[in-house]
Parts: sequence; structure tokens; C-alpha cells
Amino acid sequence: MNDEILLRVVNLSKEFYGNRVLDSVNITLKKGEVFGIIGENGAGKSTFMKILSGIYSPSQGEIYLEEKKVEIKDPLTAKKLGITLIPQEFNLVETLTVFENIFLGDEISHKILLNKKEMKKRSKDILKSLNVELDIEQTVEKLSVAQKQMVEIAKAITHESKILIMDEPTTALTEVEIKTLFDLIKELKNKRISVFFISHKLKEVKEICDRVLILRDGKTVSICDVDDLSVQEMAKRMVGRELSQIYPNKEKTPQETILRIIDFNVSDMLKNITFNLKKGEILGFAGLVGAGRTELAETIIGIRKKSSGQMMLNGQYLDINSPLDAIKNKIAYLSEDRQGKGLILYFDIPKNITLASLDNYSNLFINKKKEKYKAQEYVEKFDIKTSRLETLLIYLSGGNQQKTYFSKMLDVKPQILILDEPTRGIDVNAKTQIYKIIRNLADNEISIILISSEMEEIIGMCDRVYVMREGEIMGELSEDQISEENIMYLASGLTRRETAYENK
Amino acid sequence: MKISEGTSTLKKIDYSRYAPLIALIVLFVISSIASPYFLSTRNILNILRQVSYTGIIALGMTFVIITGGIDLSVGSMTAFVGGITILTLNSLGGGYLAVIVSIITALSIGTLAGCINGLLVAKGRIAPFIVTLATMSIYRSLALYISGAGEFRSQSKIYPKIGSSYFLGIPTPVWIFLVLTFVFHMLLNNTKYGRYTCAVGYNERVARYSAIKVDLIKFSTYALTGLTVGITAILLSSRLNSISSSNSGLNYELDAIAAVVIGGTSLSGGKGSIIGTFIGAFVLGIINNMLNMTGVSPYLQGTVKGLVILGAVLMQYNKNNQ
Repeated sequence: MNDEILLRVVNLSKEFYGNRVLDSVNITLKKGEVFGIIGENGAGKSTFMKILSGIYSPSQGEIYLEEKKVEIKDPLTAKKLGITLIPQEFNLVETLTVFENIFLGDEISHKILLNKKEMKKRSKDILKSLNVELDIEQTVEKLSVAQKQMVEIAKAITHESKILIMDEPTTALTEVEIKTLFDLIKELKNKRISVFFISHKLKEVKEICDRVLILRDGKTVSICDVDDLSVQEMAKRMVGRELSQIYPNKEKTPQETILRIIDFNVSDMLKNITFNLKKGEILGFAGLVGAGRTELAETIIGIRKKSSGQMMLNGQYLDINSPLDAIKNKIAYLSEDRQGKGLILYFDIPKNITLASLDNYSNLFINKKKEKYKAQEYVEKFDIKTSRLETLLIYLSGGNQQKTYFSKMLDVKPQILILDEPTRGIDVNAKTQIYKIIRNLADNEISIILISSEMEEIIGMCDRVYVMREGEIMGELSEDQISEENIMYLASGLTRRETAYENK
Repeated sequence: MKISEGTSTLKKIDYSRYAPLIALIVLFVISSIASPYFLSTRNILNILRQVSYTGIIALGMTFVIITGGIDLSVGSMTAFVGGITILTLNSLGGGYLAVIVSIITALSIGTLAGCINGLLVAKGRIAPFIVTLATMSIYRSLALYISGAGEFRSQSKIYPKIGSSYFLGIPTPVWIFLVLTFVFHMLLNNTKYGRYTCAVGYNERVARYSAIKVDLIKFSTYALTGLTVGITAILLSSRLNSISSSNSGLNYELDAIAAVVIGGTSLSGGKGSIIGTFIGAFVLGIINNMLNMTGVSPYLQGTVKGLVILGAVLMQYNKNNQ
């Protein structure tokens, strides 16, 4: 590889109100290099990235781009310098179409009129080169999370950036889509575009990055070639201690059926869904993004109307037509979209935690003392990092937001808890804690439906797994049938026989 | 502004919370310098009495605005409800019983008129601005029609006492405004209903997923505003012992919305303060009072009010974009 230096960061520091969140970081980024940045929540990854993309200005330190000192005053300067951030929460205009978003701010025009034809053509080419099938004339609001991210990436590539900063780019993607993304990153390398790859997923960092910066509490722990580090060693340096086993042990075998879903149909989305959930079971729902798992969960809790089908809870038929009915029947749903469907970002921690269970805290008036006391309990139990209970959720990191959301859904004291991507965007440490909590709940006879696109999570946590594809259940796996291979066969629509045939 | 990821959520003093109070104090100081008469008890009570009519409506309006809505119909509704109230009073002879029945009628008709707004917004899914623009026209026109574009005049000797009486040296409407401010403050800050209203205003979808009856909450804020209009209609009609179908309640929506906005309630929903609304109403009253006392043309008062509203909204807007 050519060793030409593209970006040099010297002694970069950032303070907030006397709190040093980034402390004298020095790195050099070569052309065409993929540079991983890892660390726990609060380690300073986001701050580092926000300085580079012009959202924050540094308290100290210099940045040199191609050996010229630059000052990245604002995001526009960053964009002009060729530094593009692909954020975790998307910057798309929901009501515009895919191609309009890709060219937003950079529209191609014929004199004063927009050249839509050209923009459509170029958008198609870009998406094709990304191996993404998307209708470019569709409005973004109709896209799934994964598809929106694809649009975001396509948009950045159109801007011909020198440096792409990817913040947790794979959290919303399935295995197949991650592979596509990695192929694309390799393509970028060939074009000598550099990438900062910020991730919690160490395996991916190991796979795709050339070098890695490990941060802890704003300080550099080490910078080294990924080849010199095992994933275990990375995790150890990140956390500062040895990690115990991530997935807790399964203890008992659930027997008694608590929930029976019989022949659910939702027009265009779900077809003949029938399954059962046992008491104290962790039941996985695997599949690719868009397989209909979220839609199934939302149908169970009454957000979506089903065209046919029945539901039995503890041996009795019942109808659930709204989340209110669901919660009355002690069925709670933790959405994959914690900011859009889960939390009120401008409420503080206690108000968020009790929002779905406020009846328990209120007669004529809300008992605020009881509310705070309970919130404090959750903050301690789940290790939610905050200086005060009254902190608004918007000021918490993704991981701490997620733990607050978890507390909220547990506070309705569910007998069935549906978890939709519960560990998305959460660091290893928090993940381990959440897995323990989930297992603990199951041990206490709470039944869990776990929807996850993370294969490891499904395999590590679940007692039984259903695999979905295009709105249908493709198969059921239990015990030692639960393997990456089996899940992929079912999720991608290949049967074992076909594959065996192909392999011949 | 996001402070940082993780632990560093330092306490920030939210100065903007006190902006309405500071504005009130500044106005007080300026006014007392500008006119020696300003600080007299009589003048202050007079201001408070004047703002109590629209102030009471503004309390209900605060809830509507917190859900992200607006109610433009309150002024017309005041004339309509006031008119019906006086008709009821006259038809029953104007005695004590008649007064009681009229009060109940006013509260019911007000609430009902609010319910119609609420129903159209929550169930009809029509934008609040359009719904209440339409009902603004309807309620005013009904008042004009019933009275033949004239006045509703009461014959009762007892009824006027409500609006013009004093208790412990303070006018009854001011008492009612103060008590309602306290009640609504408690309702907003210490009950499930208030909490749910804010949740709906901040993020309707999160509210729905949190098992909150979003439609019912929205509907009820309009009904609540209708109730406050009913109360104001009683106070206003009993003070004058009449209601003018063309002039009563004119521009009340402007004053009520202005009080809410000056008080710091966000027009985009989610956040609001009843104490703020109270202060906002008071601020408006002082401005009017000063314009009168310093001899500014009454025709310019609308300009000043408009500028104050714009200023308050601009301050909110800047705060959100920090």
C-alpha cells in the first residue's frame, strides 16, 4: 500500500464544561486506509468524529489535510474539504424521493430547471454499484432503516469525498448487507478514498480495517495494525479488563405455552403466521431486514390491523387492537426505533421510564417521589450513566438511551416482552449486561420474543428460533439446529436440498 | 445541543425558563417610571381584571398548543356562548335559579362547542388551524343570526353581580383567574393527563406506542378550552350584563395565543407552562395599559401586540436552533 499521508491529527482534545471527553489524540490516516475507531460508549468516538466533520470545534490540537493545516469550522467546510460523515441517525428528507435525497444540495440542473433525467440515471448507477435494489422514485419515508442507510451512503459517495466517516454503519444491516457494504469499502480503498470505521462490532473491525484506534475515557489506549490484535485483545483493551462470557447460560427447558398466534395475515406483509411461545422462553425471530418481523411484532401489539388470524393468551382467545390493550394484557414491545417510537427525547429519565406505566404512580396526582425512586432503582440496576436523574434523554448516549427504554418497557411488568433489535448500537459491556437481564427475565418466567439481525445474538441467546422471509415463517429451529448456516438457508429462501445440489 | 456521549451531562441552567418573568419585571419597572399612577392598587387590579377574560381562555389554550394544535374559534365562541347564556337567563326570569341554570348552560355549551372542535381535529384528522378557522366563522355567525346582529341584553338584577363583585378587595374575575391558574398548573404538572398531553405534543407516535389514547387527549384539550371559554363568557356577560354579537370576544384568540406564546409554551408542541401563560397574559395587559396611559393611538395597539408575539416566537425559534 502507498503510504502517502492524507490526514494528520495532532494533540486533539475536547472539553465540555471542564469535562475532558477527548484527550490529546494523535493519528495519521493514509490514503486508501480503513481506520477503525473503537471504544465503549462515552470513550470519545463520537466526539472525535464530530470534530472531524465540523460539528464540534476542538478545544486544543491541530488537523492537517494533505499536510496543510485546516480549520474545520462547520459541516459545510468539512464537506468542501471532502470529509463526509455518514451518521447513525439519518439526515434524509422523508418526503423526497430516493434520487432527490441523493442529490440534495448538489442538484444537477439545466440552466434553471432541474435535470431529473440525469440525476435519476446517476442515482441508478450509484445504487447499482452498491448492489442495492431500490426504487429511486420512492419517497424515503416508505423505506426501511437499512434502505435509508443505503441512500445515505449513496449520497456520500456522490459527493466524491476523500474521507468517509462511518458511524456504526452496520448496526442496522443484515449479514448479507454487511458483506455488500464491505465489498463497497474495498472498492473505496482501491479508489484511494479513506474511511474511518466506527463500530462496536470488533469482528467487523478486524475484518475490514487496516489499523485501529482504541479509545477509553477520551484517551488513546493503543493504535495498531488489526493483524496484530485478536478480537479478544481488542475487547480487553477497550474495557480495561477481561470480558467474561458474553452470553449467559441457558438453564431450564420451558414447557407451558403462553401465547399462540394462529394464522395471522396482514395484507401484503404477513402470510399465514402461526407460532407459539412458551413460558420463560427466549424465542428468536431471525431473518433479513424487511422479512416482516417488526410488522409481526406491531401486529401482535395492535398497532397494525390484521386481515385475519387469532391469538390465544394463557389458553384464552383475545383481541388486541392497540398498544393499550397489549399493555393491559402485559405484553410489552421494545421497538427497534427507540427515538421514533420508544422515547420522548425531551423528557427526563423518570418521566420516560414511567410513561407506559403511569397508572402505578398516580391517583389524582402523580407521586413524583415514587417515580424518581423507581427510576433511581433502574439507573443503578442497569448502570445508566448520567449525573442526574433529571437529564433529558437527548443528552444521553445511544446505549444509555436504550437502557432507559428497557427500563420503561420492564416497568409495565410484562409477562411477554417483545424485543426488536434490543442491542443495536450498544457497546460490548452494555450488551453483556442486557443479555444477562434478558436471561434473568426468562428465568423468572417472563417470555421473550427476540427479533435480531445479529446472528450471534440469536444463536447465543435463544432457546428456539423461527426464521422469517418475505412475511412468512420459513422454518423453526431448536437446540443444536440453531446455527448460522441453518438460519441463512431459511432466511435467504434456499432449502437445504437446493444448496446441496448447488454444491455438487 | 448534544453535550457529548456518555457521562458528561452537566447541569445547565435554563435561563429561557425565566424569560417571561424577567420580561414582566422589566415592564413593571419601566411602567412605574413612565407613569406614577401605574403602581396604584386600583390600576394593577384593573389590569388584572382586564386580562382575566382572555387569560382564563389562555389557560385552556396552553393545553391545546402543547399538543401541537391551535384554537382560533375562542373569540367567536365567547360571543356565541355568552349570547345563549343571556337568552337562557332571560327566558327563566333572571332570578337566582335562572342564574344557576345559566351558568351551567354556559359551561355546557362552551364545552360542547370545544368538543366539536376536538372531534374534528382528533377523529376527522383535519388540521386544527383549519377546523377552528371554520368554527370561528360558524360560532360568530350563529351569534349574529340569533340576535339579529344586535345585542343580547339581560334583564337580571342579580346576574351582573358575578362579574362586578369583589372578594377581599379583589374583583371576582381575578380570583377565578388565579384559582384556575393554580388548578391548571397542577393539572399540567402533577397529573397523568398533563404528562400525557406533553408526550402527545412531543411525539405522537411514541405516545401511541406507550399505550396513551392520543386521540382522546387531543380531543379533550379542545373540550377543556371550550370550558374556559364558557367561564369567560359568564364573567364577560355578567360584567356588562349584555353580549354584543358582533363585538364581544373579538380578537380574544389573538390575546389568548399571545399570552401562551409569551409565556414560553412552544408552538411546535410538547412543552408549556401555565405560570408562563399567566405571566404572558399579565405582560399583555401591562402593555395595553401603558399604551393607554401614555396616549398612544388605540389603533396602534394591535401593531404592538403583533410585534410582541413575533418577538416571543423569534426567541423560541432561536432557542431551538442553538
